[in-house]
Amino acid sequence: MTRMLTGNAAAAWGARLADVDYVPAFPITPQTEIVEALAGWCAERAMPARFVMVDSEHSMLTAAGAAAATGARVFTATSSQGLLHGIELLYTVPGWRVPFVLVNVSRGLAAPITLETDHNDVLAARDSGCLQIHAETCQEVLDSVLIAYRIAEDRRVLLPVIVNLDGFTLSFTREPVEIPSAEDAAAYVGTYAPRHAYFRGGEPMAQGVAVLGGALYSHFRYQAHLAAENALVVHEEAAADFARRFGRHHGLVDGYRLDDADLVLIMSNSYATKGRAAVDRARAAGIALGVLRLRVVRPFPLEAIRRALAGRQAVAVIDQNLSIGAGGILVREIAHALYDASPRPRLLSYVGGLGGKDIGEAEFAHIVQDLQRAAATGEVPPPRLLMTEAEAAQVRGLIEIAGGNGAR
Amino acid sequence: MTAERSAYRNLKDLPREEFVLPGTPLCAGCGALESLRLAAKILGDHVVWVNAAGCFTILAAFPYTPFRGSWLYTTMGSAAAGAQGVRDALDVLMDRGRVGREDDVQVVVVAGDGATFDMAMTATSGALGRHLDFWYFCYDNESYANTGVQRSSATPFGVRTSTTPVTAKTPEGAEEERKDVFEIWRAHGPAYLGTVSPRYPVDLARKLERARRLRGPKMIIAAAPCPTGWEFDPARTNEIARLQVETGMFPLKESVAGEPPVHTVVPARRRPVEEYLRGQGRFRHLFEPVRNDAAIAHIQAGVDRYWEAVAPASR
Repeated sequence: MTRMLTGNAAAAWGARLADVDYVPAFPITPQTEIVEALAGWCAERAMPARFVMVDSEHSMLTAAGAAAATGARVFTATSSQGLLHGIELLYTVPGWRVPFVLVNVSRGLAAPITLETDHNDVLAARDSGCLQIHAETCQEVLDSVLIAYRIAEDRRVLLPVIVNLDGFTLSFTREPVEIPSAEDAAAYVGTYAPRHAYFRGGEPMAQGVAVLGGALYSHFRYQAHLAAENALVVHEEAAADFARRFGRHHGLVDGYRLDDADLVLIMSNSYATKGRAAVDRARAAGIALGVLRLRVVRPFPLEAIRRALAGRQAVAVIDQNLSIGAGGILVREIAHALYDASPRPRLLSYVGGLGGKDIGEAEFAHIVQDLQRAAATGEVPPPRLLMTEAEAAQVRGLIEIAGGNGAR
Repeated sequence: MTAERSAYRNLKDLPREEFVLPGTPLCAGCGALESLRLAAKILGDHVVWVNAAGCFTILAAFPYTPFRGSWLYTTMGSAAAGAQGVRDALDVLMDRGRVGREDDVQVVVVAGDGATFDMAMTATSGALGRHLDFWYFCYDNESYANTGVQRSSATPFGVRTSTTPVTAKTPEGAEEERKDVFEIWRAHGPAYLGTVSPRYPVDLARKLERARRLRGPKMIIAAAPCPTGWEFDPARTNEIARLQVETGMFPLKESVAGEPPVHTVVPARRRPVEEYLRGQGRFRHLFEPVRNDAAIAHIQAGVDRYWEAVAPASR
């Protein structure tokens, strides 16, 4: 059936259709709607899962990991400060090699405290061992949760997966979403029957044990890394099977009007939709622009990105995040992918959309001009923060109200 | 006192079977390990030990474990939430027919006083508030012992630790009193709450036996004399544990469903705290080079005040 669902409702439907056993929960804006929906379904027995409100995200992710280590299929959700509060577990549970799916509804990090989206929260878990799928649409959120269980529980992977969506712009936006039947979803996701990690009486098993010495530590950490790399193949299998059953294909990366594009915008999540509109405007003006959307961020699909960018003249990465003291985070990873390309496209870096700030037509037009100049002359501008004159004037006005910047 | 009959009348009644096997990397004379060994005799092998960072974390170091039950190391601050996840997962898997009832296990947090009294208060309070059916075994060596003996909120007044040094300005060492976690937990109304000592194995066994019949949180604070941190000869662990109780420094008591505590061992004639303090290097500064009468009297007064308040209930 097709229904109008918010991104949050689509995430909740994903958990319901995955027939999860356990949902430990804690509220945080803009995620809360997900756990509220699941609480209702568990209470009225529309879902057989056990729902429990715990005392913090740190406890929530501990309970999630421990339940997964016991052999249950687990779903949970958070945002922003909550993800950071629980991040000790996001680094710990991958080492236990047990799967669960966490939906993160992206929201800028404090300070200053704010509510709207950017990706510094989810990218703080970039190196944790949790895999990451970044979704653009409500449909993709639901589909990605189902695909995530296939990847997380695959014996070649056995790692948690984070499905990321933008707070507000997607979490509270209603779109038509095709909801698979429970039977079709169950046939696709399968059952979780771990042979490697569980707790049963009379069958002692030690999990999460200490190691003494760097060699053993290195071994186990690298095993997790190799398992994450296996997820590239497992994702392709899971996505192909999903497409066969449901008619929607989700790649490691997603291209828009990319085939003959000389110039490329690289974006992720819901703002990529704004990028698509910018491409249509540029194409109408005769400019060969396309969008490459990063969907699977961990494992990093190096080869898929190399293939997608081969032969382009200039590429602009719009990082909706800021590594303070370095700049955009993803542009560095794209640079790695491009370093050995020959010919190598020019690489431009922008930071935009922080804390839910819009990226408007003028900003895209500016980036396209930069791309054209880089392609024609090789000239690459320094990394820039995207902000319009009107927005800058508004900021100046508010600083005046606050009494100026203190320099006088 | 509860009227039910116990299987444990004297030491010979305790099971001979061991569930925490020898050969661990813990210190010689570890009072915590002795408390755990005794408790495990009553709990058996259908157990998942859920651990928080502390001395016991090195008990299970790849590829060895001394436990005949299962083990999960979690974090320092959230072992009780780990117990929540294991308990809930088993319950839902049994409800859904994927795990047989005969494969059920008891979930037991094992955490030191550092985690218990400080970082993990929130997660433990959460589990108590949800009336989770689990055990919590706190081995109380009154310090962050595993990191080299720093002050925890379980450290009593007058103890020298590596973060409460004895100086001209701080002649007592630790100036703060020990946090009363027993009463904090009791305010949550747990199914069972008791203190135990490795020198009182029958009392320990009877408490675990009583708790085992109850659903809900079963909270144990175990005295854990620590030769390394308290600075006494490892051969004297039992003697120190006995003095800890006989001087009234570590009351053995229990509370069911948050009822006022009942003292299970009441020293007929409490020995002066000095007899307990003198034998430990961590208190040496109270006696040498100059005797600190005020500090010793302060400790004695605290113990006297405690027992005067509870004595009517325990007579």
